[in-house]
Amino acid sequence: MAGKLTFHGGIHPYDGKDLSKDKPITDILPTGDLVYPLSQHIGAPAVPIVQKGDHVLTGQKIAEAGGFVSAPIYATVSGTVKAIEPHRVVVGDAIHSIVIENDGKYEEVDYGETKPLEAHTKEEILRKIQEAGVVGMGGAGFPTHVKLSPKEPDKIEYVIVNCAECEPYLTSDYRVMMETPERIVGGLKCSLALFDNAKGILAVEDNKPDCIAKLKELTKDEERITVKTLKTKYPQGAERQLIYAATGRAINCDMLPSDVGCIVNNVDTVSAIYGAVLENKPLMYRIVTVTGDAIADPRNFRVRIGTNYHELVEHAGGFVQEPEKIVSGGPMMGFALFDLDVPTTKTASALLCMKKDEVSAAEPSACINCGMCVEACPGRVLPARLAKMAERGDKEGFVAMNGMECCECGCCSFVCPAKRPLTQEIKSMRKMILADRRKK
Amino acid sequence: MSELKKVSSNPHVRSFVTTNKIMLCVIAALMPATCFGIYNFGLRALFHIIITVLSAVGSELAFDLICKKKITIGDFSAVLTGLLLALNLPVSAPLWIGAVGAAFAIVVVKMLFGGLGQNFMNPALGGRCFLLISFTSLMTNFDCDAYSGATPLAALKAGERVNVYNMVIGKTAGTIGETSMVAIVLGACFLLLLGIIDLRIPGSYIVSFVIFLCLFSRHGIDPDYIAAHLSGGGLMLGAFFMATDYVTRPITRAGQYVFGILLGIMTGIFRVFGAGAEGVSYAIIFGNLLVPLIEKITCPKPFGRGGEKR
Repeated sequence: MAGKLTFHGGIHPYDGKDLSKDKPITDILPTGDLVYPLSQHIGAPAVPIVQKGDHVLTGQKIAEAGGFVSAPIYATVSGTVKAIEPHRVVVGDAIHSIVIENDGKYEEVDYGETKPLEAHTKEEILRKIQEAGVVGMGGAGFPTHVKLSPKEPDKIEYVIVNCAECEPYLTSDYRVMMETPERIVGGLKCSLALFDNAKGILAVEDNKPDCIAKLKELTKDEERITVKTLKTKYPQGAERQLIYAATGRAINCDMLPSDVGCIVNNVDTVSAIYGAVLENKPLMYRIVTVTGDAIADPRNFRVRIGTNYHELVEHAGGFVQEPEKIVSGGPMMGFALFDLDVPTTKTASALLCMKKDEVSAAEPSACINCGMCVEACPGRVLPARLAKMAERGDKEGFVAMNGMECCECGCCSFVCPAKRPLTQEIKSMRKMILADRRKK
Repeated sequence: MSELKKVSSNPHVRSFVTTNKIMLCVIAALMPATCFGIYNFGLRALFHIIITVLSAVGSELAFDLICKKKITIGDFSAVLTGLLLALNLPVSAPLWIGAVGAAFAIVVVKMLFGGLGQNFMNPALGGRCFLLISFTSLMTNFDCDAYSGATPLAALKAGERVNVYNMVIGKTAGTIGETSMVAIVLGACFLLLLGIIDLRIPGSYIVSFVIFLCLFSRHGIDPDYIAAHLSGGGLMLGAFFMATDYVTRPITRAGQYVFGILLGIMTGIFRVFGAGAEGVSYAIIFGNLLVPLIEKITCPKPFGRGGEKR
């Protein structure tokens, strides 16, 4: 690979980051009820340990992990448990949630004595991360302690922090890197403490030279940590593409990063690891970019998990114009919302409000076989052909043509000149096949 | 916020490139060759172009109306087919011939197979070959006001020397749009710069054809001979504008090289060993027929299974 570290394929969409990149992170104090869905992560749902009417404090555990692959949930305000009932979440499902009425006092629990990283054993670090309810905050929500417990810890050679932030419009990771880079480096050191043979990599896209300089300065005396500059391209932050760009190793859909000796964590996750291990604080906040051309004052907020999206929009000055499309997350991989009445969860990186809905404005027409999707596909498959197979319902053909290798990044739909919903077709076919496999 | 917003699967943004923008760019890229054709052969060439394009668009419109389908002429692909076919007509042919050819190209080759994107053969070339077979003498008579006698390739085949300089510039007999290598390559560069086409097919086509000539033409490495072959007989028009037709070329990267090489070899066989002097059109439509097979054997390896290195 000559030149910059990158991968083949990918796209360069309008990045929209200028809207919010220079807006410092500010705190939001929620006023309404806070809603905590019991499934904010991959794995078993959490189990409530509070009852209606209970008084809770900020930082108090309200739901216990439902298994090893699961994560506990903590109250982020003080108040009274109002109900435990289904509540609509970002993906559109109604999920059992704990609702807490905020008393506005923000009384906190005592987090106990903190101690330096060196005083921790590996087991202690892992247990603290698990107890704090840390999950992958880039979007997937995979419990972090599971990720950090591979079968053979000695074979982990790289712990990578995903500082790419390749999704357009998102600036939350950028702000964290600019404002509290020591938390990222500190969190990475906590993870590195678990793996004796591992080196730490901070992988940043080259459109953030200020972050690169900051992180380099901060890690210049750290022998185990290097900052790597990646080419700016979407989806540079996709796990497989990131590992490939940073280490030259490639994994397919049947492998985990640990199979090639890598562990990848997102910026906000690493910051949460820092909080869990060195401050004894559970995961209660996340950084959310509220942006888009329909937002009056695009901002980056430190949001208490459970805060309603309505409040985020209010704090960002409301709408300049009623948006046609509201997306939780970035425009490439985020979830479109019916309305704003959903809570901020551990995995919500942004709230994007767009004046125009480009998708419904673009009428799909016939595929002209132009091959732009093939050029753009970072998974190096043939999206146009896979979508055709999906339309026909040909599951065997779909698998034979490597349909399961798709990471649903959305590049094919983005570039398609015929505006065909390729990602959507491939995604639904993958879901059906995965469901079939689970049945067996 | 009373009403519910529209939701859709990711991604929520789309690029600005659309099918009709691509078609318009290709049409624009053909303008140098078109203008040179009109300059070279006179106003009659322009009439040919207008009639053929109108017939192509009219046939598609009529087909859509008769079959009660959505009107598809807005994608400009019929204009492109008509233009490409017109550029492949000899100027001396009767003016109705383009109309017949375009109607055949649109209705039989394209629309009957399901319209844009579904045809397995390049419509313009399908139309041209239909005309070549049906009206052979009209389609192979290159006598006109500007030039008389055979095309340079026919002369070359008969063992005569040809003026290579005139061939590169395009001041020779031939079909309306094929004569000027300079004009065609100029347009092709425009498409290459925009990324609408790439060099995989044209490059492998031209290179393999040149190698074939060197090996089998009994002229050895004769620059004049090779240059004459490259600039004559619509090879450039075929390589850059017709072999690269999205619909009828393989979608796989490896397949595109295979396709180009196959075209180079077939064109070589037709020109060197065949009875006629030309062979680009037939080579490309035969190549089109092999596309499903080529795609099957060149399905790429995905990322993480060896495909990540390109």
